[in-house]
Amino acid sequence: MESNTPESTVQVLSTAAQLVVPRHADAGALWLSAAKLHELTGWQLKPEGLCKDDACVPLPKGEEPIIEAGRVCASRLWERLERPMLHDAARSVWFLGEDAKERARQLASLEAPDFTLPDIEGKLHSLSDFRGQKVLLATWASW
Amino acid sequence: MWQALFEELQDQGFMVVTVAMDSRGVDAVRGPIQRAKTTYTSLVDRDHVVAELYNMVNVPQAVWIDESGKIVRPTEVSGFQVSFNLRKVQRTRRHYLDAIRDWVEKGHESEHVFSEAEARDHLSPFTAEIALAHANFHLGRYLWERGDRSEAARFLCNAVELHPDSWNFFRQMKNLEHILGSGGPAFLLRARRRSKQGQAYYELPDMAMLRES
Repeated sequence: MESNTPESTVQVLSTAAQLVVPRHADAGALWLSAAKLHELTGWQLKPEGLCKDDACVPLPKGEEPIIEAGRVCASRLWERLERPMLHDAARSVWFLGEDAKERARQLASLEAPDFTLPDIEGKLHSLSDFRGQKVLLATWASW
Repeated sequence: MWQALFEELQDQGFMVVTVAMDSRGVDAVRGPIQRAKTTYTSLVDRDHVVAELYNMVNVPQAVWIDESGKIVRPTEVSGFQVSFNLRKVQRTRRHYLDAIRDWVEKGHESEHVFSEAEARDHLSPFTAEIALAHANFHLGRYLWERGDRSEAARFLCNAVELHPDSWNFFRQMKNLEHILGSGGPAFLLRARRRSKQGQAYYELPDMAMLRES
């Protein structure tokens, strides 16, 4: 199957978003602006390191830089933090996943993780829309 | 599935939010939702995001969330049973619904609401493999959507391999191969194998009146 993505861009997916970004000269590395990294993953670069809500992790050190000219090497960063990351080079697609420890921490806090999904009309709803009510969050499948 | 219970309890500050773990999207679920004439909130989750957030592995599973957005009963099977004993199946279901009624009526005073320590005890571990499995599933689903079926299969298979406890991943993958494929011979073989290893298809919720069943 041929990809429709032009040679000069790559697709970057996450749980939260799907973006098209310029392909880096080093096709084996994923470089993003800090803003795009935040949009995709919810993690932000701050002086303390990489932060999300109240949690911060210090930027891991290594031979090659993670930040250069205001851009982040997300692939290097995710690799050093041992976070789930996938690269389908043949299809020019990357996936940046969330850390298992972060998922576990969120659940252990017992704060119900928020999410936004469409109904069958395509209208978006968030779990947080229902604050003030007891919610039975119930899954099913047509299969 | 929940419409009758919802109609009974909706005036008591209760909402049902169903999430369809359906990678085929709206087309797959519109029929069942419309036929059930649901008046609660029915959402479509093509990438199984809610399964990742709540560490779910099968359907139907449910979570109880209180008015302040706190989990009072984490992910568990929502009272379903697979058994030739029909009375046991009906009784399990009835007890689960009664427990919900009790919670809606009594709030945190309900015996079915876990303390924070109990709730944490009932969480399943979220491992690095599970996180990577969800990443593979999501990428696989994206590629399938683009029509890149054989490339998609590679990642969907990875997801199943990395998260063998997830029936969602296995059955969804089979369903994406063929719309009627999720309950076929491969499924039966897998269920039988896991059953021999002591892994029940649906575990009972940890509730007082179900322990003696």
